[in-house]
Amino acid sequence: MTHAATTSAMRPPFPAERGVDAHNHKLGMWIFLGSEIMFFTALIGSYVILRFGAPGEWAKPGVVLNVPVTAFNTFLLICSSVSMVKAFAAIADGNPKQLNFWLLMTIIGGAMFVGIQVYEYTHLIHNGFVPSGVREGSELAERVANGALPEATMGLYGSTFYIMTGFHGFHVTCGVIAMLYIYLTRSLRGKYTQQDYRGVEAIGLYWHFVDLVWIILFTIVYLI
Amino acid sequence: MDTAHKHPNYILIWVYLAVLTAAELGLAFELPISRNLKLILLLVLAVWKALLVAMFFMHLKFERWNLRILFIIPLPLAVILVLAVISEKLW
Repeated sequence: MTHAATTSAMRPPFPAERGVDAHNHKLGMWIFLGSEIMFFTALIGSYVILRFGAPGEWAKPGVVLNVPVTAFNTFLLICSSVSMVKAFAAIADGNPKQLNFWLLMTIIGGAMFVGIQVYEYTHLIHNGFVPSGVREGSELAERVANGALPEATMGLYGSTFYIMTGFHGFHVTCGVIAMLYIYLTRSLRGKYTQQDYRGVEAIGLYWHFVDLVWIILFTIVYLI
Repeated sequence: MDTAHKHPNYILIWVYLAVLTAAELGLAFELPISRNLKLILLLVLAVWKALLVAMFFMHLKFERWNLRILFIIPLPLAVILVLAVISEKLW
């Protein structure tokens, strides 16, 4: 069977993989997300072991990191997850205009999340909180010297913080680029219909997973 | 895909998530309880929020078990991975 014939035979309606009742895009995304669980587990697991095996207490929550800004960012990501699921529901109900609107809202929400994260990193680095710990001569170094912050664990704190939030930010950036791509090349051109919205469903799963991971990271990195 | 599928109340889930996030902040910075209890409660709230996202936004609640297993299988593997590294340190 040629590619064109296969494509036309797949839509509409597109077939489900036997056993799982899911089309290829969705099944592939779920398998990918399974591997992503292991990826983030490696990071979070390493963090837990380093933190609880560290030679002393870590800085208390909110002392180094800007929790209010990040709490707002968490809320923003949750809102973008809602707009993503509204985009999915819109096209599932056969409303491409609403799909365009909600997808655009999701892209804006995701881009704002990344922007705020960049702002957060800029301020942290300016204050002296760097991936290797504390920059010499900085405001944070003075607080370490005064005994307000634990010197022994700042290096571990810095490296785990930037690795975990950095990889998550990278995932969000990839998600925004992918959504922008399908928005411009497919959604705006009316290529998604009530019979075929596989791309929206697949990117939606990815986006919700990124939100889910952030929910866990926000708690263990910023609040504990 | 079932086009007649009724959607869950996504706005209600959003309200739950917002309220739980506010509860986390209050718990982390305002509630005068022991650190260990705080840690357990914060983790419970985080898992609760993650489950809401997985069940309703990712539609796991409405999927077949064959597909849910794809998501569930890595979870015990993740626990084994962490326990293995912890045991290495203890050993």
